[in-house]
Amino acid sequence: MAQKQYETAVVEVDAEGFMTDFSQWTRDVAVAIAKEEGIAELTAVHWKVIDYIHKDFKENGQVPSIRKLNKSGVISTKELYDLFPGGPAKKAAKISGMKKPEGCV
Amino acid sequence: MKRLVILGAGTGGTIMANLLHRRLARSEWAITIIDRDNEHYYQPGFLFIPFGFYKRADIVKPRSKFLPRRVEFIVSEVDRIDPAANEVVFKDGSRIAYDYLIVATGAEIVPAETPGMLDGWRDTIFDFYTPDGAEALTEKLKALPGGRIVIHVNETPIKCPVAPLEFAFFCDWCLRRHHRRDKIDLIYVTPLPGAFTKPVASKALGMLLDEKRVEMVTDFNAERIDAAARKIIGYDGREIPYDLLVTVPTNMGSEMIERSGLGNEFRFLPTDPHTLRSKKHANIFGIGDATDVQTSKAGSVAHFQAEILAGNVVRAIEGKPLEPAFDGHSNCFVEAGKGKAVLIDFNYDVEPLPGRFPFPVVGPMPLLKPSRINHWGKLAFRWIYWHVLLPGRPIPFVPARMRMAGKKRPTDAASASK
Repeated sequence: MAQKQYETAVVEVDAEGFMTDFSQWTRDVAVAIAKEEGIAELTAVHWKVIDYIHKDFKENGQVPSIRKLNKSGVISTKELYDLFPGGPAKKAAKISGMKKPEGCV
Repeated sequence: MKRLVILGAGTGGTIMANLLHRRLARSEWAITIIDRDNEHYYQPGFLFIPFGFYKRADIVKPRSKFLPRRVEFIVSEVDRIDPAANEVVFKDGSRIAYDYLIVATGAEIVPAETPGMLDGWRDTIFDFYTPDGAEALTEKLKALPGGRIVIHVNETPIKCPVAPLEFAFFCDWCLRRHHRRDKIDLIYVTPLPGAFTKPVASKALGMLLDEKRVEMVTDFNAERIDAAARKIIGYDGREIPYDLLVTVPTNMGSEMIERSGLGNEFRFLPTDPHTLRSKKHANIFGIGDATDVQTSKAGSVAHFQAEILAGNVVRAIEGKPLEPAFDGHSNCFVEAGKGKAVLIDFNYDVEPLPGRFPFPVVGPMPLLKPSRINHWGKLAFRWIYWHVLLPGRPIPFVPARMRMAGKKRPTDAASASK
């Protein structure tokens, strides 16, 4: 298992840089991962998405799908793509300290 | 007299009727199975229709033919499940009470979920997940003079996640045989980062696409389709032009699940991945495509689940704890064209790996590699489906839980995921 240093924090990550121990996640780590993913600043809307992912994971044990984020009224799919360019499901999960979404089989 | 009701007489529902009628005493239990029609399609056969290998009549039989005589079969539209009353409500308002309920209502394509998709429906946009779509596509493929065939997966999860790949392989093979391949470009468009979800299989299947000169567009999520201009437009702004779009639209569970207030955002039933009991209601169980468990939506999965689910339904009835035995086992033949097929075997934790199946070394079937014997296996499967699978008989040497014997993990598996 690899480790990664974000500012002063050291976190466990998998081969693709997804955190493997959520207890190591902090808001500062999230900001650092976001920078690495090309998101200069996490805005209030970013945080709304991240908070929802955490809440939903707590309740259901799964990273919510883009469809669920859209349907739950958190954010439209189009906005989500603007916020996390290039692959919102993966990027949002990574910044939230979640494992890589299954994407289903 | 107590009653067990099964909703849906497809693969999962039919197997459950056959297994449970042997296990539930006739004197104590009535078993009722409900479906909206009496046509049971062998769904893996849809793929073969557009290429003229099968006709509709080759893959459809009456549902009633595969149900035990003791089981009551009702052909009627169900409006909803009323879990508080333990009743199923029909469209005409009549009700049937259950003590235990098995939801086996499957998954269906919902093209209306993508703006613009229905504008070109069955004109330049086709599906092969319905008998009508597959038949319409047969004519369209014959008449297509040239241009770009785009094979498109709209959103995951889909039923039989390898079917669109098989479609691409068959397309290449058939166009070659008819000396039309040089006039037609094949493009495979997927929301996934590669040909498949799991790295080792993704690499092997991606290489097959490459070998057959199928261009792959990955991480593509369609925002809408402009049917007049014949292009798919992605959320990230990318545009993909097509002359013929063969799409796998968003797959969702039955609308009845949504009307019952029992579905997730895809109308799938939230189900315990190991016991197959509903996460909300102790006397409701799910099987096959209708559930939200994170494995393939495929007939083989329903078959492997059935044996475990039958045991758990009996345990629930007897007041015993359920066995968390389902491991996500899935097994599929992937047609690769040229009379060859690839076999994959995997579960929740173990991705499809190369090796031999069902026995180590002697096989006879190689895993994750095109071979003729796998192709004959797939063709033979239609007979096995009607005569072994649906009656709920075990398939020799293929147990419900996946076995590691014969599988080899490539040492470069980690690098394959890049």
